[in-house]
Amino acid sequence: MAQIRKDKERETPALATSSLPDIIFMFLFFFMSVTTMKEVTFKVRVSPPMATEVQKLENKSLTRYVYVGKPMAQYTKAFGSETRIQLGDAFADVNELQEFIVSERSAMNENDQNLMTVSIKADKDTKMGIINDIKQSLRKAYALKIVYSANKRMTP
Amino acid sequence: MGKKRKTSEINSSSMADIAFLLLIFFLVTTSMSTSTGLARRLPPPLPPDMKVPPTDVNKRNIFVVKVNSQNQLMVQGELMEVRDLRQKAKEFIKNENNDPNLPVKSEVNIPLIGLMSITKDHVISLQNDVDTQYQAYINVQNELVAAYNELRNELAREKFGMAYEDLDEDQQKAVQAVYPQKISEAEPKNYGGVKK
Repeated sequence: MAQIRKDKERETPALATSSLPDIIFMFLFFFMSVTTMKEVTFKVRVSPPMATEVQKLENKSLTRYVYVGKPMAQYTKAFGSETRIQLGDAFADVNELQEFIVSERSAMNENDQNLMTVSIKADKDTKMGIINDIKQSLRKAYALKIVYSANKRMTP
Repeated sequence: MGKKRKTSEINSSSMADIAFLLLIFFLVTTSMSTSTGLARRLPPPLPPDMKVPPTDVNKRNIFVVKVNSQNQLMVQGELMEVRDLRQKAKEFIKNENNDPNLPVKSEVNIPLIGLMSITKDHVISLQNDVDTQYQAYINVQNELVAAYNELRNELAREKFGMAYEDLDEDQQKAVQAVYPQKISEAEPKNYGGVKK
């Protein structure tokens, strides 16, 4: 006969934690794969305009960003408080834009060059004058696919 | 002391902690937000020695939207609020009753849909001032895109019984052929405000 009740004082077994690292690793890999590190440090303050009919950007690797806004507080001494353009990591002037686009495009794969998109990330209080200048130099650089960056707004 | 000593197993209880640490790091640095925006296509540049070509588009085919430096809207010569723009634009693009003041309609045979009379030469001309606020400009762009989207959706429901987004590629092309997006962003000019 098997002894059924031998131990009087039975302890609840400790929670098996051996699979915990696996679970955590699973999470870890998930977040590692969806993470996109911030490409640039913002030197201008950009709060994008709102719109209802926004589309998702299809291909991030083919997108180049042009940031437009007022310089952050720590740069106002050197660069003033007027609206400025940021290309990559540095402040730039409108006439540098064309060169920037051309060099970015030539760095791309030949098949992708036609698909390059320029996303204009401008602050919502920007004046259209500077946006027009940007658009004109993008035309000159033959970067015709553009996106006006905007956030989704629910109420119309 | 002749006992065989077993190498003790590596203590893996801290593994979870290390993994947690990494997890938290990636959690913090993650930016899940995908960038969104309004996609547009610019017209190709003009050769430097050429003047802006005179628009030979029939006047009834042009829908002029002007935004001045006070962010006010002038649509076809009258002051308008942004919220009324969508309806007005839809009327213009569709021209349901073949109004002689609205764009010319022409019969076009479109695959999958058949013969449709569409306003294929219409142009929406968006003009803005140098001092127009960007948000106001985007609002106008947004309303115009919304007008097209609504028209396309209506047509998709009528012809295919589905929303435009759910159509397959060929069907979407057909719907696009009926309502091609024609928003022209003109060369900048000064409207109102201080003249340079």
